[in-house]
Amino acid sequence: MDVTTTEPSSARKNYLNWDHSWQSWLFTLDHKRIGILYLISISAMFFLGAVAISLVRVELATPRGDLVESETYNKLFSAHGIIMVFFFLVPSIPATLGNFLIPLMIGARDLAFPRLNLLSWYLFTIGGGFAMTAFITGGVDTGWYFYTPYSSTYSNNQVALTIIGVFIAGFSSIATGVNFIVTIHKMRAPGLTWFRLPLFIWAHYATSVIIVLGTPVVAITLLLVLLERAFRIGVFDPALGGDPILFQHMFWFYSHPAVYIMILPSMGVISELMAAFTKKRVFGYSFIAFSSIAIALLGFLVWGHHLFTTGQSMYAGMVFSVLSFLVAVPSAIKVFNWTATIYKGQVEFTAPMLYALGFIGLFTIGGLTGLFLAAMAVDIHLHDTYFIVAHFHYIMVGGALFGYLGGLHYWWPKITGRMYPEGWAKLAAGITFVGFNLTFFPQFILGQMGMPRRYHFYPEEWQALNVLSSAGASILGLGYAIPLFYFLWSLRYGKLADANPWRAVGLEWRVPSPPPAHNFDEIPIVVWEAYEFVPEDADEAEQDREAMPGVPAGGHE
Amino acid sequence: MWPFSLPIDTMPETASTFAEKLDPLYATLWLLTIVFTVLVLSLVGIFAIRYRRGSLADRSRPVDHDTRIELVWSIIPMLLGLAVFVWAAKLYVEVYAQPPRNAKEVFIIGKQWMWHLQHMNGVRENNELHLPVGQPVKLTLISQDVIHAFYIPAFRIKRDVNPGRYTSVWFTPTKPGKYRLFCTEYCGTQHSLMGGWVYVMPRQEFQRWYETGGAEGGVSERGGTSAQGLGGMAVAGASLFQSQGCVSCHAGPGGPGRAPTLVGVFGKPQPLENGRSEIADEGYIRESILNPRAQIVRSYQPIMPVYQGLLSEEQVLQLTAYIKALGDPKGAAAKQLAAGNTGQEPAERSGIRSSANTQNVQADFIGERNPASSQQQRSPADTANIQNDFIQTRRP
Repeated sequence: MDVTTTEPSSARKNYLNWDHSWQSWLFTLDHKRIGILYLISISAMFFLGAVAISLVRVELATPRGDLVESETYNKLFSAHGIIMVFFFLVPSIPATLGNFLIPLMIGARDLAFPRLNLLSWYLFTIGGGFAMTAFITGGVDTGWYFYTPYSSTYSNNQVALTIIGVFIAGFSSIATGVNFIVTIHKMRAPGLTWFRLPLFIWAHYATSVIIVLGTPVVAITLLLVLLERAFRIGVFDPALGGDPILFQHMFWFYSHPAVYIMILPSMGVISELMAAFTKKRVFGYSFIAFSSIAIALLGFLVWGHHLFTTGQSMYAGMVFSVLSFLVAVPSAIKVFNWTATIYKGQVEFTAPMLYALGFIGLFTIGGLTGLFLAAMAVDIHLHDTYFIVAHFHYIMVGGALFGYLGGLHYWWPKITGRMYPEGWAKLAAGITFVGFNLTFFPQFILGQMGMPRRYHFYPEEWQALNVLSSAGASILGLGYAIPLFYFLWSLRYGKLADANPWRAVGLEWRVPSPPPAHNFDEIPIVVWEAYEFVPEDADEAEQDREAMPGVPAGGHE
Repeated sequence: MWPFSLPIDTMPETASTFAEKLDPLYATLWLLTIVFTVLVLSLVGIFAIRYRRGSLADRSRPVDHDTRIELVWSIIPMLLGLAVFVWAAKLYVEVYAQPPRNAKEVFIIGKQWMWHLQHMNGVRENNELHLPVGQPVKLTLISQDVIHAFYIPAFRIKRDVNPGRYTSVWFTPTKPGKYRLFCTEYCGTQHSLMGGWVYVMPRQEFQRWYETGGAEGGVSERGGTSAQGLGGMAVAGASLFQSQGCVSCHAGPGGPGRAPTLVGVFGKPQPLENGRSEIADEGYIRESILNPRAQIVRSYQPIMPVYQGLLSEEQVLQLTAYIKALGDPKGAAAKQLAAGNTGQEPAERSGIRSSANTQNVQADFIGERNPASSQQQRSPADTANIQNDFIQTRRP
């Protein structure tokens, strides 16, 4: 192999350079390479989902639907939702960062089932292929939640193909979830007890439990829609003797927990970032760890808060409402603990930390506005308006996506062996934050004014706020585009990263960047607690002048 | 609702009793949101700046856990949340529960992509609803195709409109005026145009409009959609009761028939074959007509034919109004029945949906556009009018 002097890292064999053939990528069993395959796939999906919604936002700059036909408009927002939920957000952090980092963080050489892991990527790709075929050959206009009987009887476009795509992609989630659960149970390094695990691992464990329990339900539900569509078997359509509300129960039984599939891994990332950039143990470790488990369990019992206006029994509604207030508590616990972590820390305002701080602010607003919707009488007014759109984008974008971007920056040197340009990254984080708020805050007001979601035409008194939102979306788009360029740029020109550029703790920082194909030459024996920071190099500590009393000494760096 | 004025409208008008009760709760939720957001953001900001790397701030005795403080910040938000839950649940139960007895009833049928509304006296409207101020109104809603949702932001009320089962909601309008009405459950291509207007009128004005069948005193600007149709829903139901042959078995008071009498059944528990009993409400009656074998009244044979597909939702509502009148001889529906001419054939006039019509709607949906084929179809000019009417702001 060519070894040039400008790339000394390639002198050492690592998981990227040991074999450059395409077979070595497409048939790889290495969790790190599979993570990268996923990274490429979901980035492409994200791009497509973003293009679809850009057209929607341009259309909404005027009250009259004059850019595209109503039918096209409906297909665009449906494509956006389906792509972003099933093909971006659900796999985003677990399949990329989770895949890459879980074995490294727990001192294992791979996931428990490497072949299953590769299969999951192929299933994802095949499912994505079906969905893309559906979008190209006519599109689908049901919205991402396929409400019956519209999806099963009335809609006359590519519902079946799309559902098959989502169905197959569901199995890729399940494969990943099973893999993570077994790996975390069975493959932790000696001495790495449950309460020494990074909180990223706890978050992924909770996520995997939700995936394994919830995904089969949505798969069955979508299969039933398909059967009703293809063979007129009456399950959901009342004209065939079915019950359309049954679909909503079954769909949200998965799709509400799916929100936690998207946000919990992101919370895991934020815990890692807060520790690394305050150089402090995360405050309330066990409360954060158990709050992930509490969210996973309670999250399965609140689906009915999507059905307050359907006519479900009032008493059922009350149970769902009170549980929805309770599930907010573990999320609040996490926010307060992250805030307390900063107290007396050594805060470094790196780009990943900016994303983490942005996450705390946006997730707080997203979570609190969720209480409006859990409050039954208030939900009557706000249900299916832009208020909900704004709320869940604060959770999905301000929460899940900010965590993903923060994590991607933080572990980029580990994944690629190169640093990204810090100045550009901070700029992009700032632009994303401003663009995000400008896009989605006006939608809270539109929603409480009464603007329903999925509207092609809207009353002209709402134009000003819509224009503001569309303007924000173009700024947000810029914030997403900049990282794409500098990440690609850094692959070749970025500063070389050493094993631990952030002076963080955690097993993944004890192997070279990028890691060797088999991660650890020797499996480490863990004798320390999670996030046990030691004073940095003596000279740096002198520069800081401020000694850090109370921080346990002892070298394991 | 705000203690200060903002440069733009942030809430729709408060025009119903429910809206008046909801707005304080809504303001409380915003207050909590602002307080907690400011609290978290200022703590994060203050800590992050004070403890930035290299600052000289005191970092002695750092802590990484404290069970007491964890309990404090778990329990306080939980208690606040539970208080909001109780407040909101109380209002929810009120608006979706049984309305006051003097409530005016309106029946609403949703279909792709318009609203049919019918008053008890038979006055019909499309995409418009005229109501008197200060009078409780109960809406009974059903869809004849996909799921829709009926939403009036100024009243803060919304109810899903499902195929195959009734839902209901009630409210009291408090201010005369013109308010927007939307469909909020995505229902296909023209979902965003499935809207209209609610006109709340002073009582006397409304009474004139109502008694002249929508001909006089209306404030509708679109015109022509408030189709006339006096005679009453119960009257129409009575004639259906004859023409559909119901009367041959459900003999009415006095004579024992092959089927139970329908006099006085509405709102009363019915003893069933399976030993249980069920209140004969709108949903029960609808099911008993369309799919009679679902619930058989004790000591009768399951011999009634299935009417699923033979009756439109509107006809079922008319039959229900008739049965209701039989159940409450002093009620409004019975008065209507007494005043009306049961010999009429209102089904002709009421434009009941034939199966051909249903096909047209489907054809329209699938995209085979044929504007001439049906009154339901919109010509391009019509569509433009609807669009203009929809997007423009018109204050009364």
